[in-house]
Amino acid sequence: MEATVEVTKEFDVHEIRQRFPVLTRIVNKKPLIYFDNAATAQKPDVVIDALDYYYKKYNANIHRGIHALAEEATSAYEATRTAVHKFLNSKFREEIIFTSGTTESINLVAYTWARKNIKKGDEIIVSTMEHHSNIVPWQLVCEEKGARLKVIPVNDRGELDMEAYKSLLSEKTKIVSVAHVSNVLGTINPVKEIVKYAHEAGAITLIDGAQSTVHLNIDVQDIDCDFFAFSAHKVYGPGGVGVLYGKKKILEEMPVFKGGGEMISEVTFEKTTYNELPYKFEAGTPNVGDVIVFKRSLEFLEKTGRKNIHKYEQELLKYATGAFKEIEGLRIIGTAKNKTGVISFLLDKIHPQDIGVLLDQQGIAVRTGHHCAQPLMDRFGIKGTARASFAMYNTREEVDRFVVALRKAKKMLQ
Amino acid sequence: MQFTSISEREKEIVDNFSLFDDWEGKYEYLIDLGKKLEPLDDKYRKEENIIKGCQSTVWLVADYRDGRIFFKADSDAIIVRGLVSMLIEVLSGQTPEDVLSAKMEFIKEIGMMQHLAQTRSNGLVSMIKQMKNYAIAFHSIHS
Repeated sequence: MEATVEVTKEFDVHEIRQRFPVLTRIVNKKPLIYFDNAATAQKPDVVIDALDYYYKKYNANIHRGIHALAEEATSAYEATRTAVHKFLNSKFREEIIFTSGTTESINLVAYTWARKNIKKGDEIIVSTMEHHSNIVPWQLVCEEKGARLKVIPVNDRGELDMEAYKSLLSEKTKIVSVAHVSNVLGTINPVKEIVKYAHEAGAITLIDGAQSTVHLNIDVQDIDCDFFAFSAHKVYGPGGVGVLYGKKKILEEMPVFKGGGEMISEVTFEKTTYNELPYKFEAGTPNVGDVIVFKRSLEFLEKTGRKNIHKYEQELLKYATGAFKEIEGLRIIGTAKNKTGVISFLLDKIHPQDIGVLLDQQGIAVRTGHHCAQPLMDRFGIKGTARASFAMYNTREEVDRFVVALRKAKKMLQ
Repeated sequence: MQFTSISEREKEIVDNFSLFDDWEGKYEYLIDLGKKLEPLDDKYRKEENIIKGCQSTVWLVADYRDGRIFFKADSDAIIVRGLVSMLIEVLSGQTPEDVLSAKMEFIKEIGMMQHLAQTRSNGLVSMIKQMKNYAIAFHSIHS
């Protein structure tokens, strides 16, 4: 009988879980349920092993060495650049710049492109749902240049008000910088449309992909954004590595960011000329080992299949949303039509921190607080939320256990 | 009015917690302490009395009478309120010298050390610091 059944082994979550060593941990005498993936994702064995191997076998400083180890490290480092270039489908390989994370990527643009091009009276557009990392760098530019920050409002479901956005755009708009996916609400923003309208108004665009890259297929040429920023650690990769994608023409015209080694062509005390792309933006010794192993997490994603992951996560989100709603007094903040696996919630009048503490006692990791998005909290008239965020290795059983644990916390706090 | 020493008060708290052998019991007791803490009068719930923690808000006020410091405090999170209640239980009514030298070992003994971790998740560390700052201030004014 069984032989006649065609088994299509698309995505086996239990097989995937075995690839993430940390998931076997016991926390407070309970098997860990890790629902804090929007903060950082756990790492598969291939990433951990590759980092171990790098430090044991070929740790070296890159680009300038002529010895074997330096050459091996350099080619592995550059291989990651190629992998990211393919992962994002950028037109040119040299459009990929390594940074320390999304925050640095955004700051790089704010400190170089914006300080060269933003003038008094110009406008920068962000949205209400931005992470502080996509607000503060622009506020600094505005203060320095006498420019104005304009903010796209968010509706009650947690979606951008696109009509309001269109009305904010004008010839004064120089850059539009918005999140692809909200870290609090999970809302997937229509970035292609956002970019199109910005370009029509003569502005350039930056997409903060910190929360989207792990969940969605990213094609920067299709989005047509001018910059795209994300962090490796949220994509099952190592900490301390970020990416800034920028269109070649814009990157070439941009002034340098940090001065130091690697970013130069020639240095004399009279004048220094700068290296070509992408090295002109990579001053100093980079985070070599972590950049190298980042390739492994991208390969892991590709191998698992981004479509499979997306489908699985969407089903899990649907299941979890249904299960969460069963809990009396639970209110979900962020009910957009297009969402990733993020559920921010409030329970009666209970402080989110109390929920977080009692879930932790039951081995469950969630995040509580304002999630570095205070303007968004103000929009919803709240101080913070508890947030469960899912990854490819989370299961329905975990959601069920979470619901039991949350009911228990609720009972204890009442 | 009778004053028991910091170590006596600490011992009492540790004894109370030792009655529970699971986390549920401990936390239910802590939540209960939080509920029983007398709410801080609205007039004290102002910006200058807030101890900055990342998530929950903690208000702290201090009063100095007859050589002793009396603390009042509150929080918008109930577990923090329970912790706050214990700090007040131990430190309120003590002399500035005793507040300053208090080691607060009982927090470790009752298994609540995680709340002292430097995670910015609550204001407990800042709260103890602020209580000691009051002790320094009152000590220098009145000595």
